[in-house]
Amino acid sequence: MKHIKLILFICLSLCLTQAIVAQTATDPPAETAPAVQPPAPPGNVILKDLPNDEGHGILVRWDLSPDDGAGRNTVISYDIYRALSPSAPDSLWMNVGTVVLGTKRYSDKSVEKDAPDFLPKKTDLYYRVVAVGAGVRSTPASAGPVQAYDNWFNSMKMPELIFCIVFLILTVRFINMAKRGIDLYVRPLAGIEAIDEAIGRATEMGKPILYVLGIGTAGDIATIASFTVLGRVARKVAEYQTSMIVPCCDPVVMTIAQEIVKTGYADAGRPDTFKEDSVYYVTSQQFPYVAAVNGTILREKPATNIYLGYFAAESLLLAETGVLAGSIQIAGTDQVSQLPFFVVACDYTLLGEELYAASAYLGREPLLLGTLKAQDYLKAIVLVLMVALLALRVITGADVISKPFDAPWW
Amino acid sequence: MKHQIPMLILSAVGTLLVVSVFVPSAQHWGEDATLYFDIIAVFAFFLGGGNLIRVHTEKVSHKSAGWIYSVVTLLGFGIMLVTGLFKIGNPNGIAGDLSKSGSYFQLLFQYVMSPLNSTMYALLAFYVASASYRAFRAKNTEATILLVAAFVILLGRTALGVLLTNWIPAQLSVLQIPNLAIWIMNAPNLAGQRAIMIGISLGVISMSLRLLLGIERTYLGGDS
Repeated sequence: MKHIKLILFICLSLCLTQAIVAQTATDPPAETAPAVQPPAPPGNVILKDLPNDEGHGILVRWDLSPDDGAGRNTVISYDIYRALSPSAPDSLWMNVGTVVLGTKRYSDKSVEKDAPDFLPKKTDLYYRVVAVGAGVRSTPASAGPVQAYDNWFNSMKMPELIFCIVFLILTVRFINMAKRGIDLYVRPLAGIEAIDEAIGRATEMGKPILYVLGIGTAGDIATIASFTVLGRVARKVAEYQTSMIVPCCDPVVMTIAQEIVKTGYADAGRPDTFKEDSVYYVTSQQFPYVAAVNGTILREKPATNIYLGYFAAESLLLAETGVLAGSIQIAGTDQVSQLPFFVVACDYTLLGEELYAASAYLGREPLLLGTLKAQDYLKAIVLVLMVALLALRVITGADVISKPFDAPWW
Repeated sequence: MKHQIPMLILSAVGTLLVVSVFVPSAQHWGEDATLYFDIIAVFAFFLGGGNLIRVHTEKVSHKSAGWIYSVVTLLGFGIMLVTGLFKIGNPNGIAGDLSKSGSYFQLLFQYVMSPLNSTMYALLAFYVASASYRAFRAKNTEATILLVAAFVILLGRTALGVLLTNWIPAQLSVLQIPNLAIWIMNAPNLAGQRAIMIGISLGVISMSLRLLLGIERTYLGGDS
């Protein structure tokens, strides 16, 4: 019995010892834990001049580290470094960018000469890509040299160039036709045809014509289009010997408008009747300008209000005040969001492109009509192209609509 | 010469800007050219200020109709100019920031200019109502379509639209007023807008070409 107890004691002791050993094996003491392994470096770094730029960009591509989303799965991001020499000390390698895990490319671009990371053109450059984990970094994957060059043509703009060339060819063709005396039919624009009538009405009523150029600057194409109509209206106003008010929202616009109206009066043979104060500056602020013009409309009660140019929220404020004053109103803008307001409040509205066609239509000169005809033909081409590409897309499933505009052509 | 020189400048700068769109290495030419516009605009502001003073002073001196408004304009112009130029009341004196809180210029802007601006903008709501009243009268087929479309969109954007048609089963959910409103905005409305925008783009190209080639010279006068 005594032996049995001894044997049992020895067995229990052995089991306990084994359990303690097993426990210590699963919970190793902290000081003996192995260090976190750095991720494997990315591979196959390829450098290329960035296409379609002005020579201050390099495209860096690499293969993902084996530990990015796989392996030890320890990669968090990639750091991209640039230096002027492969043997440059670490302090001279500039961190030019960081991208998250799973990314295989980085466009290093810096145009500003004063920027610390400025990328010089036609200079040998070297790159390093380092995979970054939690507190650990891989050995760098290096590549180089590479040079950045400026490109002579932005291949992303190819569709625009093709459209411009086609338009130029069409314009030249129709101008030549017009020069040969071939009659070019242009659809009537009610708003433009009403201008003569409106000026006549003002003359009969002995009231002025209000011409508003909008709140755009002289650099806006809508304002430039409005200038061209203003010249023709000014000449008619001078011929009919009626008066004209042109309140301006921009000092540059005012200066140009003054010159245009003055020239219009001179062309009509009545330079003496031009009043410099009829074209004046109000303010560059949108709503104070509206307040001033609305005040003028209500005080002067013009027979005709012409709103042509760039307009925003003030379109309805102006046009509704014109309705209250009982004026005939002709409006035109290229701001799609403002067109409905003009349509409901004005007698005639030039929709978008009609604003640009107005001057050519008023002049009826063959050269100008030629460009209008070319515009109409290009519109038809665009329409046919849209339908054809849509059909192709539906039939083949290939991205034939957006690809030509989104991807470089070479 | 009066016509040739401006034409030459326009064609040269216009061509430069067109080239800068297609040639990446010439991109900064376009930016440089617009800088010249800004420089000219600075001088033009003096012209604008001068014109404003001259026109309104003449109105006041001749006691023209509405001359009292010209007095208000001149006073407003003078007060803003003096408080802004000499930074009156600015806690940091003449070297302080123009928009520094507490300066008279800032106070005028905040408590006079901004509320007046907001008032003008708020008037838009009443003008929209009066314009809608005129536009949404079923005078002909087009106006009737406009009226119906506007009615559906107005209802579709309110809780009433949901309440009225939420009994329609899910299979026919397209007939629910909010969904009809979304369809009107996304299909016929957007299609119409895009058609206008395509026309505008072509109009812009056409206008630019006319100016660049010197075909459009009305802005120079003389039609020559």
